[in-house]
Amino acid sequence: MGDDKLTRMLGWASIGLGAPLVLAPSRSARAIGVDDGPQQRAVVAGVGTREFVAAAGLLGQGSPAWLWTRVAGDLMDLRLLGTALRNRALTARVVKAALKQDHRAALNRTIAATGAVAAITGLDLYAAITRSRGSHRRSQGDVTLTAAVTVTQPPHEVYARWRQLESLPTFMAHLDDVTMTSPRTSHWRATAPFSKTVEWDAQITDDVPGERLGWRSLDGSAIRTAGEVRFAPAPGGQNGAQDTEVHVKLSYAVPAGKLGTAIARYFGEDPHQQLDDDLRRFKQVLEVGEVVRSEGAPWGKRARQEFPQHPARPLTTKELAEVRSS
Amino acid sequence: MKANCWVKPNTVSVENVPDPAILNRRDAIVKITSTAICGSDLHLLDGYVPTMQKGDIMGHEFMGEVVQVGDGVDKDKLRVGDRVVVPFPIACGACTACRAELYSLCENSNPNAGLAEKFFGHPTAGIFGYSHLTGGFAGGQAEYARVPFADFGPLKVESDLTDEQVLFLSDILPTGYMGADLCDIKPTDVVAVWGAGPVGQFAMDSAQVLGADRVIAIDKEPYRLEMAERAGHTTINFEEADVRSALLELTGGRGPDKCIEAVGMEAVHGSAPIHAYDRAKQAIRQESERPHALRQAITSCRSGGIVSVIGVFGGFLDKFPSGSWMNRSITLRTGQAHVQRYMKPLLKRIEKGEIDPTRVITHTLPLQRAPHGYDIFKHKKDNCEKVVLKA
Repeated sequence: MGDDKLTRMLGWASIGLGAPLVLAPSRSARAIGVDDGPQQRAVVAGVGTREFVAAAGLLGQGSPAWLWTRVAGDLMDLRLLGTALRNRALTARVVKAALKQDHRAALNRTIAATGAVAAITGLDLYAAITRSRGSHRRSQGDVTLTAAVTVTQPPHEVYARWRQLESLPTFMAHLDDVTMTSPRTSHWRATAPFSKTVEWDAQITDDVPGERLGWRSLDGSAIRTAGEVRFAPAPGGQNGAQDTEVHVKLSYAVPAGKLGTAIARYFGEDPHQQLDDDLRRFKQVLEVGEVVRSEGAPWGKRARQEFPQHPARPLTTKELAEVRSS
Repeated sequence: MKANCWVKPNTVSVENVPDPAILNRRDAIVKITSTAICGSDLHLLDGYVPTMQKGDIMGHEFMGEVVQVGDGVDKDKLRVGDRVVVPFPIACGACTACRAELYSLCENSNPNAGLAEKFFGHPTAGIFGYSHLTGGFAGGQAEYARVPFADFGPLKVESDLTDEQVLFLSDILPTGYMGADLCDIKPTDVVAVWGAGPVGQFAMDSAQVLGADRVIAIDKEPYRLEMAERAGHTTINFEEADVRSALLELTGGRGPDKCIEAVGMEAVHGSAPIHAYDRAKQAIRQESERPHALRQAITSCRSGGIVSVIGVFGGFLDKFPSGSWMNRSITLRTGQAHVQRYMKPLLKRIEKGEIDPTRVITHTLPLQRAPHGYDIFKHKKDNCEKVVLKA
């Protein structure tokens, strides 16, 4: 929403500027000291239309991207005016006498228009830079992921398995190691995007056996993260077996904000996908006792990172030894 | 060991590969005695199913002897020395889908479920030798295979039935049978089956044993239609006759009550322009299927009838006859066969002589000659209907 004052003001300014350009292109052209030919009128009307589009963006979405389109538009205008100035100067030298007075006045109007546009460019640039920084700060805030899976075991058993935090790395792809440091605190080690290792300490903040478990990183940890798992009874289950819906909510500060997430995703590390896959493996661990492997994905929890995979054929003795020792 | 591997589109070759090893606690290693080439292997062969990789071992119809079991295998259910037929969908027996007997939808057996989900919206089970989309499991056109959840899926065969009599319990017999089972067949039903390949033949036999009044086979290969005729079914050659008029004639103008589509994504059409249209769109990847048989099954079916689809589809199709389907109350049912559900009852029917699976076998070759088997099966050379490979 465009609730930023400066952004809204620039939006209205775009309308104010665009309207005469579109409605009266020839008078506008003359006002800035440009010749009133068909080509010039078309350019002026085009610039006006662009202003309307920018206004719609600024007043509607108010995203900083629209401010940058204004900056780009300003630079385009400066270039056009630069061309007009050069043409004016050249003509002035050739047509010396009779029309000199008129040319002088027109040239002055073009110079004035250029000055005004330069000033607006400054303002737009200022707004674009400051507002982008603001949105960057916002995006550096917590990224929240949610995922859910249904497991054919009763809630208290599913809870108990998750509560053994030290066994989370068996099915969570990026976790290398979790160590309990006290009944409520633990030390975590994980592989971050681009094979960096990150470590942090966490404490359990909420613990209702069979229902939910919450945790967050301790103040002063290298990364800021918090999570919550709810274990809810799935529909049905009156006769005998009660299934469980596992709902996970994870939030963490992404090192480089949205840009970091985008780059990681490009290299195949979509955090949401990872969480889905992690939960699928959690289900495997509960329902069949271990993470399922194939010849194509022999490393189990690393399946998604292995594309193209090992061919679907048995592993060599050496490959097998590597898999078994990991 | 020797194994038949996918090399590139339209090329398979028998290569030396390492012997399989136990990767999960409930695995077993099976020494393969007989294996077969399936019609769906042809979709992998020519590259229409994505995520095949060079070196992947093909094959999902196999049987043999258990030579090794993992330490998690229930000894009361499976031991070294057992003779087993292995179902093609890998199923854990413990998830919601398995409990509902929807084994080809097992929620735990596909390590690449996340990828399958991207293609299909929700993931499907692991399948032997059937691309990485279904898990990247080594297939059974080999001397040995690793079988996950070995104490759940594989069917022990203790009687003295031959390999040829029970091998097809791994896929095509249950697949054809499910095609008929999904039709809720009544004694007054006329059932039409598109495709007289091995699965189509078994769908016809199954419709018959489930009590259909009459079964009609639709294909264009005279030798396949003759095979159906010998089994007592009526036939229509779509290259010689107009399918719609022929069906109306055979059903007193009603249309078949139940239709089974046993063709899938690479159908051919009697009309050259329509075939060319779908072939061209498929070639430039504008649609992944050539769904002609499916379209015709829907428009031919009696109003209020059931169309059951067991031919394999992989992606998206064009010109789906939604108007005919919706306005005429046609029920569409489908799925990869839930093989484990049908193995035991079908074994009984084989023992009682109600179904003779061996009638579709036209070629028996050594594993070494698998590429030749693919060639004659794909191009319907030498009246090829079904190839069994001996490891």
